[in-house]
Amino acid sequence: MGVSHQPTTVTMSFVEYGDTIKDGDTAIVFLGHESMFPVKVQHGTVTQTKYGVIRHSTDLIGKKYGSKVTCSKGGWVFILHPTPELWTMNLPHRTQILYSTDISIITMMLELKPGSIVCESGTGSGSLSHALIRTVAPTGHLYTVEFHQQRAEKAREEFREHGVDHLVTVTNQDVCKNGFGVSNIADAVFLDIPSPWEAIGHAKSALKAEGGRICSFSPCIEQVQRTCLAMEEYGFTEINTLEILLRVYNVRTISLQIPDLGKAAEDNSGTGFDSSNPSNQGSPGANLQQGTVQFKSGVPLREMVGHTGYLTFATKSLV
Amino acid sequence: MEASPGARIREGDCAVLKRGEVFKAVPVLRRRKIIFEKQWFYLDNAIGHIYGTTFEVTNGGNLQPKQEVEETPTETKEAGTDNRNIVDDGKSQKLTHDDIKALKDKGIKGQEIVQQLIENSTTFRDKTEFAQDKYIKKKKKKYEAVITIVKPSTRILSTMYYAREPGKINHLRYDTLAQMLTLGNIHAGNKMIVMETCAGLVLGAVMERMGGYGSIIQMYPGGGPVRAATSCFGFPKPYFDNLHEFPLSKVHSLLSGTFSTETLPSDPEDNALVEEESNGLSEEKQASLQETEEEPATEAAMEINQSEEQDINAEDVEFKENKEKENKENVREKQMKQWERRKKLTETAALLREKNADGLIVASKFHPTPLLLPLLEFVAPSRPFVVYCQYKEPLLECYTKLRERGGVINLKLSETWLRNYQVLPDRSHPKLTMSGGGGYLLSGITVVLDKGKSDSSSLEALKMEEPSPKRCKVQDLHC
Repeated sequence: MGVSHQPTTVTMSFVEYGDTIKDGDTAIVFLGHESMFPVKVQHGTVTQTKYGVIRHSTDLIGKKYGSKVTCSKGGWVFILHPTPELWTMNLPHRTQILYSTDISIITMMLELKPGSIVCESGTGSGSLSHALIRTVAPTGHLYTVEFHQQRAEKAREEFREHGVDHLVTVTNQDVCKNGFGVSNIADAVFLDIPSPWEAIGHAKSALKAEGGRICSFSPCIEQVQRTCLAMEEYGFTEINTLEILLRVYNVRTISLQIPDLGKAAEDNSGTGFDSSNPSNQGSPGANLQQGTVQFKSGVPLREMVGHTGYLTFATKSLV
Repeated sequence: MEASPGARIREGDCAVLKRGEVFKAVPVLRRRKIIFEKQWFYLDNAIGHIYGTTFEVTNGGNLQPKQEVEETPTETKEAGTDNRNIVDDGKSQKLTHDDIKALKDKGIKGQEIVQQLIENSTTFRDKTEFAQDKYIKKKKKKYEAVITIVKPSTRILSTMYYAREPGKINHLRYDTLAQMLTLGNIHAGNKMIVMETCAGLVLGAVMERMGGYGSIIQMYPGGGPVRAATSCFGFPKPYFDNLHEFPLSKVHSLLSGTFSTETLPSDPEDNALVEEESNGLSEEKQASLQETEEEPATEAAMEINQSEEQDINAEDVEFKENKEKENKENVREKQMKQWERRKKLTETAALLREKNADGLIVASKFHPTPLLLPLLEFVAPSRPFVVYCQYKEPLLECYTKLRERGGVINLKLSETWLRNYQVLPDRSHPKLTMSGGGGYLLSGITVVLDKGKSDSSSLEALKMEEPSPKRCKVQDLHC
């Protein structure tokens, strides 16, 4: 352990940064605020954007990640190195997915790090899978179980394309019936299935004999209830249910009007506010007696995600 | 391997004690009295047991692995349906304070005390089943002294610090730290820059996620980096091989290109120069002081024991000679150490000068703007950065300044809320209290800085914000 890591990167991968864009890479085209999409870089291919065409051979390959690329209509985009977080924002949905806010607390509470062995079910669209693989690389492994054959196959294909297939095993089976296909090797188990209580026994046998951590994600409290009972029944301890909410703020400069109390005309400086405030900066002459006070504010979004799911964590203790 | 199967508690380890939801990090030492949750005990008996073992505190402060006991169900499954007839007269418990103390002094097990309390409670039978359950849980918590010894991790240490010493970590709540690690794409192989004043907790969290692969440059204010929390992780030695540190006070000279010529001789082996400059390098002296202070208490304690033995055995003359020798050796050692440190500083400066770091993590007590703007210079394009601040306002300013500077996209100001739940049959609800605040994050991604167009990009930045003049005009139109 602790070997200094020599970057021998030839091709891009989701678990290792590279400097330049290469043929076969998956890159993220960033068009502007929250507007981006993934693109598979290939010689001779073109990609259409609202700013015009991007020609892969000349516009992308050989360029530095993070470069500004000018499109045919003169508009420009940035090309970004893929990360699990960018992938989560851009991946093709085959199911409902987990977002980075939940993923971050899952990763920490499951105590994941390089070398960890993790079991996951279902694979779904692979949003969490990519984040898990990133964290356990280069010496850990992810065993992910998906009962939907097409989804399992698609996930395998994506892991191959993203250069991480050596770090993950996808199994197409029903985790509630057949478990994870491994026993006594996992440091952590994650469940995102409709009836997690039916998989707790399998989770226990997948975990190492000396113990490990488990997490179950469920949108409904009734699911949580049954899961907690099952966890207790199988001897899990430290059972803890939580919910994490992300609040995003827009940074705005706000100006609030000073009300006219009929005094301004006589005593302009007597408002009690710092007179250096850029009041009356609009057009002189109009509304003379009224000023404004300006300040910066972090304004919450008008609408935010109020609930994704409850996260229930527990520990498998020593026998 | 550090996560070897069933890792055992060894002398000199850094372990975490857990009772209920309370944690405390302690070094595992023999014959050392530990006080935790109003109890005192020795860890001697815990040595050799597997991490995760639960112990009971017995007489004389000894630890004994807890035996699996079958819960003796209260024979009488009697319970009331409501509390209409339960009156709080303060006399429901027939055991007095002194009785309970006497039981404890006799060394009676906590479990039995709880049973006695139940039997001597006149209202217990009338309580509802739920209330009985709650009563037992409360008493167990008080009288059953069980302690679990666990291996430290970011989960445990960040929860512990937030609960015990939030001031030392700038109130960085554990879910916020979790966000930082994810937003920063921390993983094995990265070359990270970390600037923190969180007792080394953030550094430790980053080190855990990198697993000894890649490198970390810790920027530090003042005399040296604080790593009190880092040492609680008990990382294996090789993890420190690629951990570098660089003083914040030299960032400016490094960026302006005056660093090497001004403060460091090109040939570090030039002794004369080293000595001359050693006067000016008080910073580094302080750093070394701090380092020794923060050395694990184990080593310090062992050193003391050794020197005491020497004192007793040695004859006076010999002792004096030894002392002189020691002094000479000390001087040479100091010089060696200093030379080493200067060499490391040069190396770290070179690492920074490559300006190709894979990310930047800032979590400090300082204003974030003056830290972020220069430190971002060392980061490669298309890499994430995350800044923590206990307060929102400085991050608003930082956001604006970053927009003016350019070279960053996808800026996001965010906060997370954490809600814990009680989940029990027919009694599930959010916990009564939740944390009021765990700080704010500003994150983004670096891109190639378009120097020729920096003016226009700052114009764009201005345009992107809600322009106040426009608002005024709209108002004017209405009038």
